Amino acid sequence: MSVIFKQALGFAAGVCLAGAAMADTYKIDTQGAHAFIQFKISHLGYSWLLGRFNQFDGTIQYDEAKPEASSVEVEINTSSVDSNHAERDKHLRSDDFLAVDKFPKATFKSAKVMLKDDGKAEIIGTLTLRGVSKEIVIDAERIGGGADPWGGYRQGFMGTTHFALKDFGIPMDLGPASQNVEMFLSLEGIKQ
Amino acid sequence: MIKNSVIAYGVVSRALHWMSALTVFFLFGLGLYMVDLSYYDAWYKSAPDLHRSIGLCLFLITLVRMAWRRISPPPAPIGRHDWELKIAHVVHLLLIGLLLLTLLAGYLISTADGRGISVFGLFELPALLPAEKGREEWSGTLHQVGAWSLIGLVVLHVLAALKHHWIDRDETLRRMLGLKLKTSDEAESDADR
Repeated sequence: MSVIFKQALGFAAGVCLAGAAMADTYKIDTQGAHAFIQFKISHLGYSWLLGRFNQFDGTIQYDEAKPEASSVEVEINTSSVDSNHAERDKHLRSDDFLAVDKFPKATFKSAKVMLKDDGKAEIIGTLTLRGVSKEIVIDAERIGGGADPWGGYRQGFMGTTHFALKDFGIPMDLGPASQNVEMFLSLEGIKQ
Repeated sequence: MIKNSVIAYGVVSRALHWMSALTVFFLFGLGLYMVDLSYYDAWYKSAPDLHRSIGLCLFLITLVRMAWRRISPPPAPIGRHDWELKIAHVVHLLLIGLLLLTLLAGYLISTADGRGISVFGLFELPALLPAEKGREEWSGTLHQVGAWSLIGLVVLHVLAALKHHWIDRDETLRRMLGLKLKTSDEAESDADR
């Protein structure tokens, strides 16, 4: 094998490795609604109230070989809050809760992904909600990924987190059992 | 005197007028009060329920009022100037218009997701229009602006009535209160219209 050929092979291998090591960009599939941002909060301590945000956008940078280098960014349209009750949703949009007139967007931007032994991960990042930016931790898990039947390539993740309403300046007091809200995220991304 | 005469209000018109007035004030106060209640307040759920139920009653009173106006037209308006009569007429039209607008907007808020309205827990007033995303927002604004405009106009209406009573010293307020008119003998003898 000639030296030049060896060098060329080495270069090609290097490019391939570099390419493999680079994270792919996945656009969160809100268009096809294979992505959900839901919340859950106790009602009086007696039952769960479930709701969701219908409009959001985001991207996930994911590298199968190096998942700890992944990152995620999501922007939520707060006025799209939907708890399946018009009067309650109107209240949720008001100053008592999300104040969507003043704060039409909520965002999450990851800073760090920490892999755990069980294959799951902790995503540490900043949630900006109602004008307050605070660090939160999302317990995340990759559910699966690969080619889809229509010529695309997808990755799917889920995550859960929780925080106190008070931490983000939400003034309404829903009682002792309802100080915290839990979030459930199911995000499928399509490779760009 | 049940019906209105040329110069005096009958008992039906007076009752409808004052029932509306009381209900409007009550609903306005209740509306302001209920939106600021804390979650664990005993009235947090019952105040809005009552507000919606009484709202339907006011709507029915208003329909009866409009029908009764046809059956028994009100006495001739009292006023010294043409412009005064015209303004009074416009204010009366706006009062009834804003009242209906506010009532209907309230109904549209509560039925925006297709749910009906429980009336005093006795029966359900159904949602007549299909559910529509976001209707609670614009109809909410309409309800709020309508209610405040109505109250503003009511203040004007009251001031005008007091002006008639104290300054013009005419029968405008007395005849709506059902007090004995200076010309009551004529009024009694006047055949019901």
